[in-house]
Amino acid sequence: MIIEHLGLREINGSLIVLDGVPGASFEELVKIRLVSGEERMGRVVRIDGDRVVIQVFEGTQDMSLENTRTIFTARPMELPLAPEILGRIFDGVGRPIDGKGEIYCAERRDINGLPINPVSREYPRSCIVTGISSIDVLTTLIRGQKLPIFSGSGMRHNELAAQIVRQANIATTDEEEDSFAIVFAAIGVKNDVAAFFRRSFEDSGVMDRVVMYLNLISDPVIERIITPRCALTAAEYLAFTLGMHILVVMTDMTSYAEACREFSSSKGEIPGRKGYPGYMYSDLATLYERAGMLRGKKGSVTQLPILTMPNDDITHPVPDLTGYITEGQIVLDRALESRGIYPPVGILASLSRLMKDGIGEGYTRTDHAPLANQLFASYSRVQEARSLAAVIGEDELSEIDKLYIKFGDAFESSFLAQGEYEFRTMEESLNLGWKILSILPRSELDRIDDKLLDDYYGRF
Amino acid sequence: MSSTAKIYGINGPVVTLDGAAGFSMQEMVFVGKLGLVGEVISIGAGRATIQVYESTTSLRPGEEVVGSGMPISVTLGPGIIGTIFDGIQRPLKKIEERDGHFISRGGNYEPLDAERLWEVKVKAKCGAIIKPGDIYATCEETPSIEHRCLVPPGIEGEVVYVAPDGKYRVNDTVIKLRTPEGETRELSLCHKWPIRVPRPIREKLELSEPLVTGQRVLDSIFPLAKGGTAALPGGFGAGKTMVQHQIAKWCDADIIIYVGCGERGNEMTQVLEEFSELVDPRTGHKLTDRTVLIANTSNMPVAAREASIYTGITIAEYYRDMGYHVAMMADSTSRWAEALREVSGRLEEMPAEEGFPAYLPSRLAAFYERAGRVMTLGGDVGSVTVIGAVSPTGADFSEPVTQATKRFTRCFWALDKSLAYSRHYPAVNWTQSYSEYIGELTEWYDTNVAPQFSEFRARILRLLAEETSLMEIVKLIGSDVLPDDQKLIIEIARVIRIGLLQQDAYNPKDTYSPIKKQFLMMKTILHLYDRAKSLVEKAVPISRLLATGIFEKLEKMKYEIPSDRLELFDEYIKEIDAATSTGEETAK
Repeated sequence: MIIEHLGLREINGSLIVLDGVPGASFEELVKIRLVSGEERMGRVVRIDGDRVVIQVFEGTQDMSLENTRTIFTARPMELPLAPEILGRIFDGVGRPIDGKGEIYCAERRDINGLPINPVSREYPRSCIVTGISSIDVLTTLIRGQKLPIFSGSGMRHNELAAQIVRQANIATTDEEEDSFAIVFAAIGVKNDVAAFFRRSFEDSGVMDRVVMYLNLISDPVIERIITPRCALTAAEYLAFTLGMHILVVMTDMTSYAEACREFSSSKGEIPGRKGYPGYMYSDLATLYERAGMLRGKKGSVTQLPILTMPNDDITHPVPDLTGYITEGQIVLDRALESRGIYPPVGILASLSRLMKDGIGEGYTRTDHAPLANQLFASYSRVQEARSLAAVIGEDELSEIDKLYIKFGDAFESSFLAQGEYEFRTMEESLNLGWKILSILPRSELDRIDDKLLDDYYGRF
Repeated sequence: MSSTAKIYGINGPVVTLDGAAGFSMQEMVFVGKLGLVGEVISIGAGRATIQVYESTTSLRPGEEVVGSGMPISVTLGPGIIGTIFDGIQRPLKKIEERDGHFISRGGNYEPLDAERLWEVKVKAKCGAIIKPGDIYATCEETPSIEHRCLVPPGIEGEVVYVAPDGKYRVNDTVIKLRTPEGETRELSLCHKWPIRVPRPIREKLELSEPLVTGQRVLDSIFPLAKGGTAALPGGFGAGKTMVQHQIAKWCDADIIIYVGCGERGNEMTQVLEEFSELVDPRTGHKLTDRTVLIANTSNMPVAAREASIYTGITIAEYYRDMGYHVAMMADSTSRWAEALREVSGRLEEMPAEEGFPAYLPSRLAAFYERAGRVMTLGGDVGSVTVIGAVSPTGADFSEPVTQATKRFTRCFWALDKSLAYSRHYPAVNWTQSYSEYIGELTEWYDTNVAPQFSEFRARILRLLAEETSLMEIVKLIGSDVLPDDQKLIIEIARVIRIGLLQQDAYNPKDTYSPIKKQFLMMKTILHLYDRAKSLVEKAVPISRLLATGIFEKLEKMKYEIPSDRLELFDEYIKEIDAATSTGEETAK
């Protein structure tokens, strides 16, 4: 039986409080009807006896205490799902906005999902070739991984994400191609960003395999808390029910965290660092941990969240908490960006935790791991040489330090830098790595054993 | 008759009840229609507050909460080892059988397989008086571990019935005894113990033996004692989990308890997969035969994360009481602290630093205090070593959890992001880290490894410290201007850093370094230093020494010398002598 309640006790930010509601259930979906006839959605976030606190996704503007009607649906927030969602565009809470009509739904699922049982996970091992040298060789993306891009305002993270999506699609084999799809969640981004992604999906001809959930910067803030959950619920459905390989692109996670902060402060919760709620880590984890592969299931969910670091500060709570949950990070570097290097991947701070098990013999090439290791180690030595050169001048450097400078420049200008539409095969990228490494004398390469050096050093 | 009450309010994992009669603090309760597991955390006038270990979505006020009459407990008996549990000791494999790949809510699971038959040898004799801690039965839990059933604390009396040796299930009665009060008690293979109460012991003993991990920077430079405590702080990507995995794989404890507390799901899968393939070098059996996994990943309910640490340490104490050396890894205690903060916030308690409750330090202290080397009630010696990873926000070690942990642990392995960036693994920073166990362990090292061990260790550390201060100069003016004796320090410190401190977990020859090999490596490096120093004093240019390639050779000796052919170090000593004597001749 559905009961309608008339009137509210209190309105506070995005929250409304009702009295005299017996038997509301925690986190259930609520419909709120305004005087104007407009209907909004909300969720029960706190119950004290017969007093209920509801979070309104679309915000509380124009609401009044007297004439607002509230309907308790007795169900958690659910998303309609069907194979036909591919190629469709939805708003931030999962309503179609592309004018193609409602979804004839095969199934409805709670958008909060359920935690994957750790014993049911399949450890991800197969790598996704992106055709980008810095990612393929040094921070290999693995199917089922969650690998965020840490960026800053004004850097070309969107281009990079679009290129990864485009080229990961190219590299999939024909047999797999049918089962590859993209779920895109825009969380509080500018309209141009959403349009850019849409255009780039259209250009690469994958629009019919993309599902988009859009919450733009002009859309209600609290809705942003729901958007990634819709996207991930759709991704899980496509991956584990329909057996597809899903790449989820979510941008911008910083807006998501800010929406959580806004909600938390209006609820009067005790803030943690920089005003973000104390449960920010657990909350982000409920999103990021929805990536993975399951034993005995064909599909996979790979996440590529994008977040902008306020003031390029990697210790800011959002990148910091993200880095603790995700399996590595691709960090974009302002200094590289300003020198016109694209993609500006700052490799020393970047890391892919899963790459160790998805590369090497039987996966990519035997020399991959030692080569990557050596590139990291040598490039970190370049930084030392450069800071020394900044003090005493490049001419005063020892011979070996000069070689390091030369190696560093070549590494940045020919290995890191590549065209937005340039696809390098794994073979090409690895060989390129060797070519640049051969600038250094063989005795400096302390991370590679002699046999591999015999095989590859100086050959390219 | 169990007490019941109705739900009044719900706020995340915190649920308040209408009526508190009959409930006691820390009592385990079942909440609502689904029977979600919870624990009473405060009792007020007419209101009890409980934290629920599962998601509270769709709970309603008015639903019933039933008390279990006992505090939240673990079941201790054979079958724990090799199993993977969640934070409140529910077997995840069983949950998978019921729910599939995703964890649903509710359900009362037996932690131990109730149907499995164990080949039991009953040790107690009729007529004997037995007291807490006495062994009354044993069985082979895994090929590596003999499970000893101990009389639980608080029970004693005369044995009046003894079952014959044979196959029994965990709940079958194997002995009966009459207590001094005249009651008859039946003992099966298992008993329950509350997770928040430390198990009693006879006395704590001094620490005298190291936990040998096969990781050079830990064993040789910053050793941890069996029964000691270590903090392992590090920002993300610094390699905390890798270090924990390496210790869990290679350390010489009898039993490993690995608690994945609020960490990644894939990491637990990796531990599961890897440990079931790897062979324990000491017993020749699979590593899973000595490992208990407790997995409460970051997306699983927060309150159960808080409990998982206690579940882990209670199981560790149980095996300690059997006379085993147990090592417990908690990855990560920061997530546990955050769970405390979250529940505390929902209770609207007054926060202390950064929103953490004021009782954070005392809770941490109480947890780490449960480690130790002890004389058990039964008179055996056992130990619990605790290694707690800490994930400081923004890699800033001044935050409350790191600082509080530092006070209650005696070994501090600081992981350094900049070392990790240059792929120096394990990224243990040698200037920030320390071990307070050196004094207690010196005797062990000097008798069991070699008499010069402590001396060598001190010299290595001194060289590294000298390098650190020299590097300040080098950063400003380059290394060319340094005199040769200082250049030598820089070169030898490089050999120490790359050759000794760095260790490749993926290289089969290097992933585990026996303590003897560690000693010989230190010895070889210091030998080179001594020879080179005497040459430099005779004004032989250091460039000539470097040209011989002997420094690079030492950097790679860890890969060249397998652990079972340590005599090869003699070759290196010979080569050093040869290289340095040619240097000497050319000087003449």
